[in-house]
Amino acid sequence: MKVIGKPRRRVDGRAKVTGQTRFADDIVLPRMLHLKLLRSPHAHALIESIDVARAQAHAGVQLVLTGKDFPVSFGILPVTQDEYPLAPQHVRYVGDPVAAVVARDEQSATAALDLIDVRYQPLEPISNPEEALARPEPRIHAYGERGNIHRLQAFKFGDAEAAIAASDHVFEDLFFYEGNTHLPIEQHACVAAIDPDGKLTLWSSTQVPHYVHRALARVLQIPASQIRVIATPNGGGFGGKTDICNHELVAAKAALVLGRPVKICLNREEVFYMHRGRHPVLMKFRTGVSRDGKLTGMHLQTLVDGGGYGSYGVASTFYTGVLQTVTYELPRYHFEAARVFTNKPPCGPKRGHGTPQPRYGQEIQLDKIAEHLGKDPAELRLGMLAKPNSITANWLRIGSIGLEQCIQTVVQRSDWKNRYRKLPQGRGLGIACGAYLCGAGLPIYWNKMPQSGVQLLLDRSGQVTLFCGATEIGQGSDDVLAAIVAEVLGIDPLEVRCVTGDTGMTPVDLGSYSSRVTLMAGNAAIQAAQKLKSMLAEAAAEELQVAPERLSFASGRVSFDSRSLTFAEAVVLAEAKFGTLGAVGSYTPPRAPGKFKGAGVGPSPAYSYTACVVEAEVDPRTGWIRVPKIWIAHDIGRTINPVLARGQVEGSVYMGLSEALMEEQVFRRLPPKLSRALVHKIPSLLEYKSITSLEMPEMDTVLIEDPDPNGPFGAKEAGQGPLLPVPPAVANAIYDAVGVRIDEIPITPDKVLRALEKKAKGEAPRVGPERFPEVPYPQPLIVPPPWEGGDGSEVKRDDAAAVV
Amino acid sequence: MRHAHLLLSVNGEAVEASFAPYKTLLEVLREDLGLTGTKHGCELGECGACAVLIDGEPQLSCLVLALECEARAIETIEGMARGAELHPLQAAFADLGAAQCGYCTPGILLTAKALLAREPRPSAGRIKEAISGNLCRCTGYQQIVEAIEEGARRMNDESHR
Repeated sequence: MKVIGKPRRRVDGRAKVTGQTRFADDIVLPRMLHLKLLRSPHAHALIESIDVARAQAHAGVQLVLTGKDFPVSFGILPVTQDEYPLAPQHVRYVGDPVAAVVARDEQSATAALDLIDVRYQPLEPISNPEEALARPEPRIHAYGERGNIHRLQAFKFGDAEAAIAASDHVFEDLFFYEGNTHLPIEQHACVAAIDPDGKLTLWSSTQVPHYVHRALARVLQIPASQIRVIATPNGGGFGGKTDICNHELVAAKAALVLGRPVKICLNREEVFYMHRGRHPVLMKFRTGVSRDGKLTGMHLQTLVDGGGYGSYGVASTFYTGVLQTVTYELPRYHFEAARVFTNKPPCGPKRGHGTPQPRYGQEIQLDKIAEHLGKDPAELRLGMLAKPNSITANWLRIGSIGLEQCIQTVVQRSDWKNRYRKLPQGRGLGIACGAYLCGAGLPIYWNKMPQSGVQLLLDRSGQVTLFCGATEIGQGSDDVLAAIVAEVLGIDPLEVRCVTGDTGMTPVDLGSYSSRVTLMAGNAAIQAAQKLKSMLAEAAAEELQVAPERLSFASGRVSFDSRSLTFAEAVVLAEAKFGTLGAVGSYTPPRAPGKFKGAGVGPSPAYSYTACVVEAEVDPRTGWIRVPKIWIAHDIGRTINPVLARGQVEGSVYMGLSEALMEEQVFRRLPPKLSRALVHKIPSLLEYKSITSLEMPEMDTVLIEDPDPNGPFGAKEAGQGPLLPVPPAVANAIYDAVGVRIDEIPITPDKVLRALEKKAKGEAPRVGPERFPEVPYPQPLIVPPPWEGGDGSEVKRDDAAAVV
Repeated sequence: MRHAHLLLSVNGEAVEASFAPYKTLLEVLREDLGLTGTKHGCELGECGACAVLIDGEPQLSCLVLALECEARAIETIEGMARGAELHPLQAAFADLGAAQCGYCTPGILLTAKALLAREPRPSAGRIKEAISGNLCRCTGYQQIVEAIEEGARRMNDESHR
């Protein structure tokens, strides 16, 4: 291959280093107005009245909007349309938008916000899941399971309890993963404008222009065909820009009312309120293990703190359990999950979406199991790997698995065998693994259309233009698409002009989430490029007097032996023969084998795998943790551009390490005289600690290529999976260093010190959750795993007793 | 409020600017001079995205009043390339994956340029210190450090030619 796998400057690299990439807030239009949102100071309250008269009279103010202007709700998932652009009645977190001002400049708009008089009736805020379970009233939402329980899920793939009970060893452990946020350096921004032909255009820093397009049509009650959403390149996303945002809907409404462009850029504090970040999750793992180190069964319970709205939460909750089966052979599995509402900014998908939390628990528990069995934790994992081309207990079809090679790579490169358990006190090594989707198998709303489309236009100059809805969020989606087309057509990727993320110009791609773009848009690009290639080959073959299939496309030429044409000459011949040249390609994931209700979350065309070794140093006097080096090997299937792939892996390592050691989205209650409101403790970049260049360790990054038949040229994802093993590998390294277990994230010096103090007193050397509350999980859906018969459907409740 | 009227030196050009006196240099660059290559991530001096060079020193333009900048040499990302040719640091960033989303990139490039003006061959440790005030959420910093090292090499090669 000429392009695929070769290190290259990305096609949009020049724009990014010259400051020419046009982000949403860089857009300035004539007569543009500025929007600001008034946000609730209460975590939980009813709105009694809103008086906007003084704000409307303020100099420079053009428009004031309130909840009354938005009768229709929205939500990213069809089952949870529970948000309004401006809360009409009920506010559910500090920061929930209640009113909006549009003015000639930001200063006037901000000043007018202070003149809006909102009278609230405060309600008792629900601050955490235990409270949400204990207190059904006041209800945060009128829908959900009951009280403040948003969603309950329970599945039983074989009789896990019996399998665990019959095991040689049973391990029961509690873990907690604190919430954290994406922290893209670009604050969310958008500009809405009415085009000369009267249609609405919204430029927005969104990862999901297609879903924003649908939400705008629903909320504004205008035909979707009258709306164009352009995703500007995102200045970082990480999942934080995958939801529909209040400000997008309000800006669009204001532009429609005023007939003038309207811009908003959230300030940093508001980005913390927008959130949709990592769900805090409490977990209980009960795992059976045989004497020779095989898993016999697992019972996983999760309790998920959802914050004030649904967002992606139903899917996130599924993800706290569905991928436990794809790394290691797990014959029987019982999974129960609950998501509750609390009066905090809504949680949603952050890099790894719902899976880093249970991965943290599972990989630490494996470390404990290995120690108990007297096995090396790397060897233990190698002995229980899931098999390629298999179906898991919960009916996920796995294709390629490069995990064995990943483990062997990090073990060898870190000199694991000579150093694990052999380093001096205070220094240690830890290992962990992970797996992730290459795109969710099903779209967010049910339909039979492709998940990704690519259109190619071939100009008679030889210029190739690619149109695709995929959204460039820094990960390099434009580069992946250009590389794939260039490989097929035998040209340089820089010859391909990419027009992406524009619902008015490009075929739909569902968005940059669930690590789907390389696999799905990539496959669509191959299909489109191959159609063009065969037209070019047919025309060139006539000219060169050779059979079309004998022609090769490479280095900008179409050739057979010494006979050849330039690519542009072949294009001219083909246009003369066929007329205007263009082609489309599309991609729909294969049908997943699971048929039970709930089988829609978890399937993916392919899974990526990662193994990681972390070295940690712990100062026993201060608890201070230093990580000098991380080794990571990621099974990417096939590398499209190693420069970018390495960047995705290392960016994931960074984010995982930052979560492991310091990032946390935490809240505090104000004292009663200040309304007992639940406020964000640290809505600033200075106080929300994240790793800087000084703390970042050396990374040894290896890409393992085990091509997957479903991937374009065999490629799998690299943007999310490599985050997963990092936090548990840190925890395992700290155990190797000083012999304490920190079963919760983040692992801070105070927790290490507390655990060391316990150890000194002869108590269990562990800091982590001590109890798991009573959760009213429902009767599970019974689904026999493939090796116990069945066809992936649930067993009728009546028959359940006979099966279990 | 009456506008201030100032003569600024931006990327070697004298520019007349008229703006509200409370505006920061960041705001004047982006809003009044149309130089949107300078980014912002907090406007509180926390992220480093808005770094520009003032008299050759990296400064957070969100914390500097434009009024303070008269007769000082301001350099933004728009002034870094030589005509259409990328500065060696820019080329190294593009080649080696140092820019993912590209949002923190202008601030880091200018900070790195100032470092290399003082120390043409900095160690990796010195580079990490120099950019420790610039947050990047995409890369994990390793490719940025490597690109600054490579940029330094290319600049030294050029100066020896």
